Amino acid sequence: MSTATTYRTCPRSGLQFEKNAESLMKANAFIGVVWLLIGGILAIGVVLTRWPAVHWLPADKFYMVLTAHGIDMLIFWIIFFEVAVLYFASSTLLRCRLATPRVAWLAFALMLVGSVLNNVTVFRGASSVMMTSYVPMMAEPNFYLGLILFAVGALIACFVFFGTLVVAKREKTYDGSVPLVTFGAITAAIIAVFTISSGAIILIPTWLKSVGIVHEVDALVYRTVWWAFGHSSQQINVAAHISVWYLVAAVAFGAKPMSERVSRMAFLLYILFLQLASAHHLLADPGLSTPWKVVNTSYFMYFAVLASMIHGLTIPGAMEVAQRRKGYTKGLFEWLRKAPWSNPTFSGVFIAIIGFGFLGGISGVMMGTEQLNMIIHNTIYVPGHFHATVVIGTTLTFMALTYYLIPVLFKREMVLPGLAKWQPYLFGFSMYFFCLVMMGAGTLGVERRHWDMAFGGSPLAYEWPGAAYLMMGLVGIAGVAAIGGGAIYILVTVGSLLFGRRLEDGEVSARFVPLPRAAPTVIAQSYGSAGFAAPGTFALARVFLISFVLYYFINWKYLSTLWGLS
Amino acid sequence: MSAILPPSERVWYKHPIDRVEGTWIAIALTWCLVMFFMMIGWHIWGKQNLSTETYRTTAEQYTAKVQAMVDKYTVRTETEQKIPVVAAPPGSDIFLVARLWSFWPILELENGKTYRLHLSSMDYNHGFSLQPANINIQIVPGYEHVVTITPNQSGPYSVVCNEFCGIGHHTMVSRLYVK
Repeated sequence: MSTATTYRTCPRSGLQFEKNAESLMKANAFIGVVWLLIGGILAIGVVLTRWPAVHWLPADKFYMVLTAHGIDMLIFWIIFFEVAVLYFASSTLLRCRLATPRVAWLAFALMLVGSVLNNVTVFRGASSVMMTSYVPMMAEPNFYLGLILFAVGALIACFVFFGTLVVAKREKTYDGSVPLVTFGAITAAIIAVFTISSGAIILIPTWLKSVGIVHEVDALVYRTVWWAFGHSSQQINVAAHISVWYLVAAVAFGAKPMSERVSRMAFLLYILFLQLASAHHLLADPGLSTPWKVVNTSYFMYFAVLASMIHGLTIPGAMEVAQRRKGYTKGLFEWLRKAPWSNPTFSGVFIAIIGFGFLGGISGVMMGTEQLNMIIHNTIYVPGHFHATVVIGTTLTFMALTYYLIPVLFKREMVLPGLAKWQPYLFGFSMYFFCLVMMGAGTLGVERRHWDMAFGGSPLAYEWPGAAYLMMGLVGIAGVAAIGGGAIYILVTVGSLLFGRRLEDGEVSARFVPLPRAAPTVIAQSYGSAGFAAPGTFALARVFLISFVLYYFINWKYLSTLWGLS
Repeated sequence: MSAILPPSERVWYKHPIDRVEGTWIAIALTWCLVMFFMMIGWHIWGKQNLSTETYRTTAEQYTAKVQAMVDKYTVRTETEQKIPVVAAPPGSDIFLVARLWSFWPILELENGKTYRLHLSSMDYNHGFSLQPANINIQIVPGYEHVVTITPNQSGPYSVVCNEFCGIGHHTMVSRLYVK
């Protein structure tokens, strides 16, 4: 393969973009945003149907729209964007050429064809099986084939990423260890390989069953292996968006990680333990032993939760240290008050960090506690949880990153900056509220994936309490507001690409500029003195811990009032 | 901007740790261990633990068992479909069928008494969601799950299917009585 390529140094950020990598990043990110747009339009159908007073779509359309919404958002939007992040974290941050660009385009083509094939099949109407597609309920063969093609494409993209790391090492484009953001991206890619392989292992036999070659796929085996794909793929998101948080802390504040060792060890814990997450979805299932459930659901003693709690401290901590160095040292929180709140890249990330931790993190541990799962399993609490992790955590983070990339990668001036400034607040806070009322409704028992709270007039219908109807109404209102926030993001992004003022390319050269090592960090310099570098962040962390502990034991209290079960 | 630059120390493992971080790691680790042992402790001292007693079964085998119970202990029928209401003696095995799109039969229990509740599905995955108590258990076809239950409050309860099972999912709802 020819290595003839050029490198552009962006005059606005100092980042260096290799030509092939740049085109691939743009293509993957753009298609990702297109899927977000489609998923967002579908969200209107979901929200307006679950809002009891509106109850818009008929049942068949609702289940079809819900199936497509789940797949488009959780798989297509996020993984397309993540491939762009992987190429950025390797080629751009390490200043090297992308390995095998033609193979990377092949990966892109497979993902595109697979995702379109899957969606076309869903919209034919005979594949409304939800994202989980539990056997023995079967979709049309192309539903599975589309997902398999997409998965193979994504897997190839991961290997292009690994190949690029090898290129950088061999061509010595950097000195010492890879940057922390790249390290996080490696974590995401390793988890992705495991995850996507699990998906292939279970979807290929299911596809063969749908075309009549295989006769039986066991329902429980399917659930176990599918969730090694379904849940672990959300862990790719966690590793990816946490890497982006470190990236944004670096570009918005010039922040340095407090300790490379702590942050990287936390990423290592992800690699070691996140894959056990399959169990979270099987706690209410028959046939699995208690020790298996307890060990796996807790990521073996909650070591992956520990890792997230560490990142939750070190990222704002790094921002605080950077701000304090700039002189914002008054009290515990001057650094935070004087943060660039009108920069959507920063505000988006900060709203994502807080929402991900307080709403997504705490609720996730509740559901993932073996016994507590019984009061939550398959209620609408579950989507309440994962909208907090995947929408507030990942999607909002990727939105924030896009605002940074519009001038840097796409070389356009952002249109409607005033709207963009408010977008993270509208989207983030309406999603906070959306998740909270969903969890509220779930605590009252309201089911997820259910067309009609009134049970279609069944003679044995259950009468939900008024509070449940109220909560679901609020879910509707908050959902509409969040969709509005999402629409502004699409408007700003697509508007900037189409109508934004073209910005200069910057210097183009045929050779990369090697990457220097960072200056020593504050902690490294002051080590040994009585360092307590981020007291404000520590105070926030204590608030988090107190909320966590209180809510945890409230749920146990609630559980203890239930029927005896043994 | 060092999160996007190689670290200043060649070996990142040697990078020192700040006291804020060290303290937080100790606190977080302790909390993680508390949560882990809470699950184990509840198995020893708690009263709400999901049984793992499970048998492989088929629709035919399971239907035969349910039918035997229905024939023996039916006390009345409800609704136009004449769904049997079954009051089996305390301590006995009671069976519930989940199928597209109904539960069968209706069970009647006594408060404070213990029963062995069997759950299985005839076709797809279904959900056993007992309301308003809010106890949720997955029902998987091909598997017979035996859960020991002890109701602690009398009254009419509803059993709602909370696993998506097709176009009639929202009509899949039944009752359960505790006297």
